[in-house]
Amino acid sequence: MKRLASIAFATAIVLFLQGCAGWQSALDPKGPAASELAWLIWFFAGLCAVVWVLVMAALAVPLMMRSRQHAEPLALDAGADSRKLRVVMIAVGLTAVILVGLTLLSFFANRTLAAIGSDAALTIRVTGHQWWWEVRYEDATPSRILTTANEIHIPAGEPVRLLLTSTDVIHSFWVPSLSGKLDLIPGRMNVLDIKADKPGVYRGQCAEFCGAQHANMGTFIIAEPRAKFDAWWNDQLQPAAAPTGDEAKAGENLFLKRPCVMCHKIGGTPAGGTVAPDLTHVASRQTLAAGTLTMSRGNLAAWIADPQGVKPGAHMPVVDLSGDELNDIVAYLEGLK
Amino acid sequence: MSSADLTNERDLPPGRETSATGDIAPERDGPRDTGMDDASLHRWLARTWRTPPGIIGALSSVDHKVIARRYLITAFLFLCLGGLNAVAMRVQLSGPQRGLIGPDLYNQLFTMHGVTMMFLFAVPIVQATGIYLVPLMVGTRNIAFPRLNAFGYWVYVSGGLFAWVSFALSMGPDVGWFAYVPLSGPEFGPGKRADVWAQMITYTEVSSLAVAVATIVTVLKQRAPGMSLDKIPLYVWALLVTSFVVVFAMPAVMITSTFLILDRLVGTHIFNPAEGGDALLFQHLFWFFGHPEVYIIFLPATGMVSSIIPAFARRPAFGHLGLVLSLIAVGFLSFGLWVHHMFATGLPKLGASFFTASSMLIAIPNGVQIFCWLATLWEGRPVIRTPLLFVFGFFFTFVIGGLTGVMLASVPLDLQVHDTYFVVAHFHYVLIGGSVFPLLGAAYFWFPKITGRMMSERLGRWHFWLAMIGFNAAFFPMHIVGLWGMPRRVYTYPAELGWGNINLFISAGAVLFFVSFVLFAFNLVHGALRGTPAGDNPWDAGTLEWATSSPPPSYNFARIPVVTNVEPLWAEREALPVAAGLRVDARELIVSTVAEAHPDVREKSATPSIWPLLAAIAVGATFLYSIFTPWAIIWGAAPIAVTLVGWFWPKGDPEDEE
Repeated sequence: MKRLASIAFATAIVLFLQGCAGWQSALDPKGPAASELAWLIWFFAGLCAVVWVLVMAALAVPLMMRSRQHAEPLALDAGADSRKLRVVMIAVGLTAVILVGLTLLSFFANRTLAAIGSDAALTIRVTGHQWWWEVRYEDATPSRILTTANEIHIPAGEPVRLLLTSTDVIHSFWVPSLSGKLDLIPGRMNVLDIKADKPGVYRGQCAEFCGAQHANMGTFIIAEPRAKFDAWWNDQLQPAAAPTGDEAKAGENLFLKRPCVMCHKIGGTPAGGTVAPDLTHVASRQTLAAGTLTMSRGNLAAWIADPQGVKPGAHMPVVDLSGDELNDIVAYLEGLK
Repeated sequence: MSSADLTNERDLPPGRETSATGDIAPERDGPRDTGMDDASLHRWLARTWRTPPGIIGALSSVDHKVIARRYLITAFLFLCLGGLNAVAMRVQLSGPQRGLIGPDLYNQLFTMHGVTMMFLFAVPIVQATGIYLVPLMVGTRNIAFPRLNAFGYWVYVSGGLFAWVSFALSMGPDVGWFAYVPLSGPEFGPGKRADVWAQMITYTEVSSLAVAVATIVTVLKQRAPGMSLDKIPLYVWALLVTSFVVVFAMPAVMITSTFLILDRLVGTHIFNPAEGGDALLFQHLFWFFGHPEVYIIFLPATGMVSSIIPAFARRPAFGHLGLVLSLIAVGFLSFGLWVHHMFATGLPKLGASFFTASSMLIAIPNGVQIFCWLATLWEGRPVIRTPLLFVFGFFFTFVIGGLTGVMLASVPLDLQVHDTYFVVAHFHYVLIGGSVFPLLGAAYFWFPKITGRMMSERLGRWHFWLAMIGFNAAFFPMHIVGLWGMPRRVYTYPAELGWGNINLFISAGAVLFFVSFVLFAFNLVHGALRGTPAGDNPWDAGTLEWATSSPPPSYNFARIPVVTNVEPLWAEREALPVAAGLRVDARELIVSTVAEAHPDVREKSATPSIWPLLAAIAVGATFLYSIFTPWAIIWGAAPIAVTLVGWFWPKGDPEDEE
């Protein structure tokens, strides 16, 4: 009874919470790979549930026949033994059949998944860093190669090839509503094909433990209609917007004089650091610090003033700025749409 | 054993006895047990086999039961520490963006939880149970290589202390129990934390190898006369197979940790891709150990289940041969699955599919075991006592863990759930359901043998239900939150993802589960102090450990039993036949042949010695020093050599002079 109650309770929770989840859920697929996998998960889970119920039923029977006395153990019935043997053999045989079936199913699902991206036209190189994602759009024309961070815009309904690697430790790229995960390993290049059926924002995060801020290494795939995607690419290729207003101008000046330039790049300015995210169009992104904060003036200020408070252990150092200086830099960055 | 047991006394075959004594001069041969009356036999044996008095005496003990008790208590303390780690993590995760524990401490917590539970609790406790029970079950007077066994314990204790003192000094490892490079390598793992991980592994692996070797030799060469291979109890088979798995798997992880130390300390580039090394090599080596590790923990538990079920179902295990073959098959297959921990690393698809098939395959021998146990219960008339309740708990949970294991074996499916809470749920169902529940059942089952007193049945039932409800409440929802996209090893998560409520529920379950262990600890202490006296065989079970008194005397058996059945105490209700001819003034035991267990020679068992402790201290200090400088190996070699010379110094025994 108690077991039933706990199962019922767990099920109730599932149903209750199903509404809130979905943004980053393997059970709420938004692409062909994730759909295939969700089906596979449900099929395996259903079959396993049936097997479990059968085993529990087999366990319940002797419970019904329990005894209060210690019977003499070696008084055996040979006939019953051979009948039991037959039942056990049949059960083992069924197990083998189920396992062979599941192995084949899994093998064919793997083939289906491999076919999804075979005609991908767009290739994006994703490089893992502690704790952010460098995103580089490859193109035959060098001037059209685009580098950005943490947010990956893709055209909806088209397969996209991701080349995954890392320059520091092992990370794993995982956007559950689109596809399974694949590791980013230094010295290796992995290929993951993804496809989003419809426009939308799909969240993912690093799935391989990668150090202090593994928990705050989020990414977003933003699927858009082709035209909008092309317009976005063209916008992103532009150098940074010139600062407007005194605060922003002072901010640009400060940015270039302070240690910020050692790590960050802003296209169209002398800032050319490559060890941290490219900030050319930072304000056009939805979040800051790899999904840690939503993009807003207040959060920009918080992140610059106290990176170790927001994301303890992150490689962004505290830069000593007065209140006015902080305000100027934030005004400048906020304009980098 | 009472005098009534001696009706069927059999001498060792005379020819073999001569060969045993060899050319030892007869005047140096002491009194034998042949024909000796019980009272003087007891006096002689107690004097010969006792642990010397005093602190030095206690530290010198080589009695397998004394060592095993220490092992069990130490491992239980580590379980409590690891459990506290888990509770701390669950408090932090009980809601989104909790600020109680920062990433630095959290990463140490989950690493310490993993290494404590795997290396300081699970493996040691299953081996410790074996150290206690195997010599009793095979009917011998001590474990083989008793000093090596004592040495193993001391090395284990120093490794555990080393890890936990480091943690207390906030230099505990923070790279996960798997410590993947490059995160644990010289470039990204500053300080000494990863070195602590690597050397802690070395300590505990040295100790488990020592125990494995002692167990293998005990089972193969020290079985009571007549206990041919087909009459070895299933528990002993399980320990034998496990020990072989230890011997073949542990070197892989010792190599892994040694390579890591070399990369960090000496500047080799074994795992550095920039210099021609390979980061994935680490994972292959680690999981070549890491997957068998699961079975090192699980197989002894199946042995416990195979002991408890016959005792309470009131019939011998159904399909004894099938169960033994399944154990051996699992032992072999466990080495062919390691890649299923690495499906997300981007291996060639066909190769990965092979490991899907092999991972599915291991479900078959495990299925055979489950079906045989069910058939035993069907055939029997089960008497429900706490140990059997925990076995039912084992079925309920382990089958879930096994089935989710089948899900994880599928490459494509694994790519969604790998490194998520689904996997956390899966392996806790396997390890807690498959190993801890049988261990708890075993604790209730063998506690009377170890202490001579019963644990409370009433508290036991409370404990069982609390543990079952707490465990399932804590771990079942983890499957769901994993599918919702929650990765493992995160110290916090954003509120927008909607994982808050379910995590709060999980944390409540975890606390309930922890409370069940508090109740268990109370039951242990209460039972040891106030429990009703148990008698020799409170459950009327059939294997040899129940033939001697509870707790057993230092010499285990006054006269070595002769085995005629796989459940000797059920077959020989009147009296157990015994063998005679062993000396009583020296620690002699029977060495028997591997297959038939014919008595072969009389062999001296090692006497108590302080040297294993001193050797362990020297080894421990060397390991500790070696996280700072490679020269530690050179400097440490001298004290280790001195202690080993002391350990093996000839005693002027005629046997040594042969």
